[in-house]
Amino acid sequence: MINKDFYNQDVISIQQFTREDLETLFEYADRAKKHKDKKLELLKDKVVMLAFFEPSTRTRFSFEVAAKRLGADVVGFSGEEGTSISKGENFTDTIRMLDSYSNLIVIRHKLEGAAKYASEIAENPVINAGDGKQHHPTQAMIDLYTIREIFGTIDELTYAVVGDLRYGRASTSFIYGLLIYNPKKLYLVSPPNLGAREEVISYLKEKGVAFEEIRNLEEIIDEIDVLYTIRLQKERFPDITEYEKAKGSYKITLDLLKNAKKGLKIMHPLPKLDEIDKEIDSTEYAAYFQQAKNGVPVRMALLSLIFGVEL
Amino acid sequence: MSEKSTLVVSKIKHGTVIDHIPAGKAMNILSVLGIRGEKGDRIAIIMNVESEKLGKKDIIKIEGKWLEPRDFDVISLIAPSATVNIVENFEVVKKYKVSLPDRVEGLLKCPNMTCITNERNESIKTKFKVLSRDPLKLQCEYCGTIIYKDDIVKLTNYLKK
Ligand SMILES: [Zn+2]
Repeated sequence: MINKDFYNQDVISIQQFTREDLETLFEYADRAKKHKDKKLELLKDKVVMLAFFEPSTRTRFSFEVAAKRLGADVVGFSGEEGTSISKGENFTDTIRMLDSYSNLIVIRHKLEGAAKYASEIAENPVINAGDGKQHHPTQAMIDLYTIREIFGTIDELTYAVVGDLRYGRASTSFIYGLLIYNPKKLYLVSPPNLGAREEVISYLKEKGVAFEEIRNLEEIIDEIDVLYTIRLQKERFPDITEYEKAKGSYKITLDLLKNAKKGLKIMHPLPKLDEIDKEIDSTEYAAYFQQAKNGVPVRMALLSLIFGVEL
Repeated sequence: MSEKSTLVVSKIKHGTVIDHIPAGKAMNILSVLGIRGEKGDRIAIIMNVESEKLGKKDIIKIEGKWLEPRDFDVISLIAPSATVNIVENFEVVKKYKVSLPDRVEGLLKCPNMTCITNERNESIKTKFKVLSRDPLKLQCEYCGTIIYKDDIVKLTNYLKK
């Protein structure tokens, strides 16, 4: 559990953090924004390892840019090809090796728990950049930071998280992140077979937040302040027919937004395909470009705090 | 042990008596302990005898085998009410009440096939946090998956010890 002192800590789940921790992080992110276009030399003797066992572009690049802006050297890989894992070395030994070459490992992996396990092996800090369907804590930090930037608060807003809540790690971490605050209400909108996993529902109940699982977004569109949508990730579906059934079921259109609450903001943590109509991009509803832009300053903030340097 | 149950099977000389097992769970206990009798162990299983505490209970007597603390943990997952008596020369020399630890390590397999603990080529010890004791509810510390009492027998990988 992190409590304001991020120094040398692992970041595995957004659930480790308190409000106070996130406040500190967000202050650092505000400061990182002021250093835009500048290359700092705060981490000039550090090596950041980007161990992306599962390919990614956005998250990897934003970590890479964040680390480089702070002056760190960045090494790494994307996909298992070219790593010793593809030659049959086991994960445990690979992590040991990567740990010995660097000062911090950012890891993405297709299996749940991979980052936590890596953090138990590695002596240096480990940041989870996505483990299977489970956690994506730095994305949740960016999401919360963006909401705070737009609304000035994260509390007392009504949220809808829409789409595949079963296999979506960004949406799962976002829900966990909201539970650190006091949302007015949280709607979980998904097809029946893609509802939030049991451990997520169980955690919502434990935290005593007002939430409701529904199927139809139209019913509540006039009530919500933040609409958080995600792309269905085909690769995470164990059954392709499930994917085909769900595909296209929650498309956000201008027509749907006719009844939207004034000030509604739409968020989307991933490269979007066709979940959101293109015409929406140029409206006041679109918050996803701002959200994407916050990736670098938030990750710069996190790296600075973990390495214990003042931004 | 009550008088009634001693009527059913005679006392053992050296070994272990597991008493106060909820009725019907004796076979599960033997299964999770990996005791199948094939090594010639002498085992008595007494099922559905009257018990003041439980109404009905099962009892297991194992001649020539002494259970260890690790075995108690695995018993506690299935029979939290159980007591373990160590017998020497027909006398109970030690009596333990099993108790469920806060964290169950290395005893259960995670049912989530995409959990890192199920990765082949690795030997990662599973860790489950006890979320609730009654009804028994555990959560994998790696992948978050929740498991219940009824899943436990089939998830035990204790035999591999
Ligand atoms: Zn697991």
